[in-house]
Amino acid sequence: MCTTMKKRLDCNSLNPGAASAVSDEGLNDSNRCQTVGEPLLENPRISCREIDVFYGKKQAINSVSLDIGHNEVIAMIGPSGCGKSTFLRCINRMNDTIDSCRVSGSILLDGQDINRPDLDVVLLRARVGMVFQKPNPFPKSIRENVAYGPKIHGLARNKAELEEIVTTSLQRAGLWDEVKDRLDEPGTGLSGGQQQRLCIARTIAVSPEVILMDEPCSALDPIATAKIEDLITELRDKFTIIIVTHSMQQASRISQRTAYFHLGDLVEVSSTSQLFTNPKHKLTEDYITGRFG
Amino acid sequence: MTKSMGSDSSTVIERVERGLSRRYRAEKRFRLIGVGAIILSLFFLVILFGDILIKGLPAFSQTQIKITIFFDPERLPLDKLESADFEALVKSGLRSMFPQVRGRRSKRALYKLVSSGAAYELRKRVLHNHDLIGKTKDLWLIADDELDLLLKGDIARVPGGRFNQQQLDWIEKLERDGNLRQRFNLNFFTSGDSRDPELAGVLGSLSGTVLTLMLTFLLSFPIGIGAAVYLEEFLKKGRFSDFLEVNINNLAAVPSIIFGLLGLGVFINFCGLPRSAPLVGGLVLTLMTLPTIIISSRAAIKAVPPSVREAALGLGASRMQTVFHHVIPLAMPGMLTGAIIGMARALGETAPLLMIGMVAFIVDIPKSFNAAATVLPVQIYLWADSPERAFQARTSAAIIILLFFLILMNASAVYLRRKFERRW
Amino acid sequence: MNRIRYSRRTHKQIEYVVKCLLLACALVAVLTTVGIVLSVVFESLHFFAKIPLKDFLFGLKWSPQTAIRADQVGSSGAFGVVPVFTGTLMIALIAMLVSVPIGLMSAIFLAEYASSKVRTVVKPLLEILAGIPTVVYGFFAALTVAPMIRDLGNSLGLEVSSESALVAGLVMGVMIIPFISSITDDVINAVPQALREGSYGLGATRSETIRKVVLPAALPGIASGILLAVSRAVGETMIVVMAAGLSANLTANPLAAVTTVTVQIVTLLVGDQEFDSAKTLAAFALGLLLFIVTLLLNIIALQTVKKYREQYD
Repeated sequence: MCTTMKKRLDCNSLNPGAASAVSDEGLNDSNRCQTVGEPLLENPRISCREIDVFYGKKQAINSVSLDIGHNEVIAMIGPSGCGKSTFLRCINRMNDTIDSCRVSGSILLDGQDINRPDLDVVLLRARVGMVFQKPNPFPKSIRENVAYGPKIHGLARNKAELEEIVTTSLQRAGLWDEVKDRLDEPGTGLSGGQQQRLCIARTIAVSPEVILMDEPCSALDPIATAKIEDLITELRDKFTIIIVTHSMQQASRISQRTAYFHLGDLVEVSSTSQLFTNPKHKLTEDYITGRFG
Repeated sequence: MTKSMGSDSSTVIERVERGLSRRYRAEKRFRLIGVGAIILSLFFLVILFGDILIKGLPAFSQTQIKITIFFDPERLPLDKLESADFEALVKSGLRSMFPQVRGRRSKRALYKLVSSGAAYELRKRVLHNHDLIGKTKDLWLIADDELDLLLKGDIARVPGGRFNQQQLDWIEKLERDGNLRQRFNLNFFTSGDSRDPELAGVLGSLSGTVLTLMLTFLLSFPIGIGAAVYLEEFLKKGRFSDFLEVNINNLAAVPSIIFGLLGLGVFINFCGLPRSAPLVGGLVLTLMTLPTIIISSRAAIKAVPPSVREAALGLGASRMQTVFHHVIPLAMPGMLTGAIIGMARALGETAPLLMIGMVAFIVDIPKSFNAAATVLPVQIYLWADSPERAFQARTSAAIIILLFFLILMNASAVYLRRKFERRW
Repeated sequence: MNRIRYSRRTHKQIEYVVKCLLLACALVAVLTTVGIVLSVVFESLHFFAKIPLKDFLFGLKWSPQTAIRADQVGSSGAFGVVPVFTGTLMIALIAMLVSVPIGLMSAIFLAEYASSKVRTVVKPLLEILAGIPTVVYGFFAALTVAPMIRDLGNSLGLEVSSESALVAGLVMGVMIIPFISSITDDVINAVPQALREGSYGLGATRSETIRKVVLPAALPGIASGILLAVSRAVGETMIVVMAAGLSANLTANPLAAVTTVTVQIVTLLVGDQEFDSAKTLAAFALGLLLFIVTLLLNIIALQTVKKYREQYD
């Protein structure tokens, strides 16, 4: 009860300009802050409670609570600026790199609160890897790119071990056959799709438990996108994957559950099939039928 | 083909944890090195300024000796006043203060306490006011540079060095009787160079600097703006513009001494302009600062939004009118800022001026662009090379004056930039 | 109707004249380059008519002072530029050893670690170091640093020349610190934030990210900045004139006195000159050498910077 009241208060303090722009979409409905669907799970891998994120004075995320299960792919969708990327970045504390950003609430990873200020972010990021919107391979060779994480963390005891990690990671990222003969060429020389798979290989080389993906296909062509989607499906048995996407088709193809964000609120979380066929919330329905976004 | 550490991630975490303390130590070390670098740079800055201030500030005061001078009419014949022996007046004044001094060597040691400038001072007074002749006056006259250094504590008060016991006794007596005082060294600002440190001043080199920089500004500012306007507004992008661009960028990085060689080869040897003159100095510094001014003026013009140009052109103004009525006035603060920074660089420049002979010993204050002159930084170089110890303080004092002007110029550039900073 | 056409025509004429004037302004820059090349090359040709180019470039002995009287036996002097050039390089090297680590680390700290408050205070302070005239550094080197280093060396039992390469190099290094740090600052700020995030996202610490991702990415830019700094150090005059020596010793000992190209130009040209003696002309040959070396360094550096900017724009 108390939580609901707080949420409502926050709703009213949202940026009035942004709110009025879409006011005819049912924003004045006081229910809009209440997450509908099944945000909470039994035995979750990650459980977020009442996450608020501020950039300076501006609130970007508004008391979001969400559980993420083991070995599931959960997609986050919503119009741009809805806070889905910001939420994603909370899970491996990437928001720490932005000075004005403050995150409150609790995020439990396997029961351990990772939002505490005394948490070791190096350790956390070794467990929760991240793939970014634009492929960002380091200006190094392909091998060096993949070996970067294991090297800094000291995961390999010797050269052979490191080489094996590089090979396995590239294989699992589906890139091995394309690059096995030119491991010493710069990673920046690959095509966009290959670069993104290189970044995925770089991430899984550290053997994280969770992989965050922030619109990993937005800069790629359809063929490269299809390859990455296949890869995500394959990776599901080993990792928990949280993916932000602007493409509803992509969400429906690869995810088990989908969360819909709107102006900093988590509006609806359901199984993917249900959310796209039978949305419970009007905002979700408006969005997936293409009325805005 | 399973991963070496297996899919069991706990071992991964263990391995990461094992390396953590080492990595955090490395992080701390790196950060400390960074802090150290900053502190070291600032330390150099403090040392440099501190050293120059400590050395230079004493030069702003000057020791004077009170001597009772009898303007002896016999020694000052009215018809030959210009060439009268004023030094004799000083000497007899000194003798009357220390009547017990006998013998030529002792007397000469006594005379050494007063600067040769004291006689000039008397001459100036008498020529200015003939009524002085026949009167007796207590006058504060300028002391010798070494006595000055002794009183400032730069020379130890032990016999055998610069002073013998006799002289030290006299100095003590002068101090006891209140016949020595330290006054603001106005002379330093009102006279030209001199072989005697206590008489040397910066006015000569300052006026040389003013003349040179005036010419530099008058030439380089309009030419720089003209070139920048042409490059930005009228030149089509192409091979010629690329060539000009590369040319200007390279010119900005050519060592300044090369510009001196240019001045010597072209202006002096080829054109036959006078050596040591502010005219040539100004020309050389113009060529040297031009690239800086062109580059900053172009940046200022680029910052004027195209909408201003479009609006003017749309109202029927010609390209030229648009540029001269709208673009240049709007870009003026930026261009002026660039020019001031360029002038500040020219102010401190020494090497090219050595090449064109502005390095001579010049006592007179230069009054025209053709007169032999030197500039403040070259004066600093000359004094730094002088063997007299008292020149060290004067060099530092001249540096303080130079830095003062530099800071003034840079501060005004920053002020201009802040004041006219526009948000388009 | 007529009037409008008439006024328009004069207008066009005036505009044409003004445009030509503006072009003339722009051409001053080209003429300066031409003037430099001509004045230096012209006198150098006279010099090389007296002294063979081979002797100049590869000669190991430099003693132009013996050539004052042309009728003396063996009066041609020795004009081997090698000891002068190695002296220049040694001082430049010492300057780089001082300025590169300090400038680089200062810039890294300011860009990646310092709060914006610290940045706004420290950056202008560093820029003051860059604005101090070189003659002031020269004075500082000759009258403060040189005696200090000499005393220090003597107390350690080392023989330090009063005009050692070390002193000139050290002070020149201090002068170049802000130059290096401002270029480094520009360059590492141009490294895309995405690369840093990629590294942080893998769990790298800040220093690991800087050392293993940011610096390698910024390397071409930093390298060209260092080249520009070397060109500055080679062409720097006042510090070496005041703090380095006159005698051209071919030595690798930084505590010994060495001379530089710029010092020789100044000593050969200050004072009385006769424009037919090899001694005076040698200064122009040195000037030509200096011009070519710095020009090459600048062109390479500017080209690298340009490519680097394009890479991340």
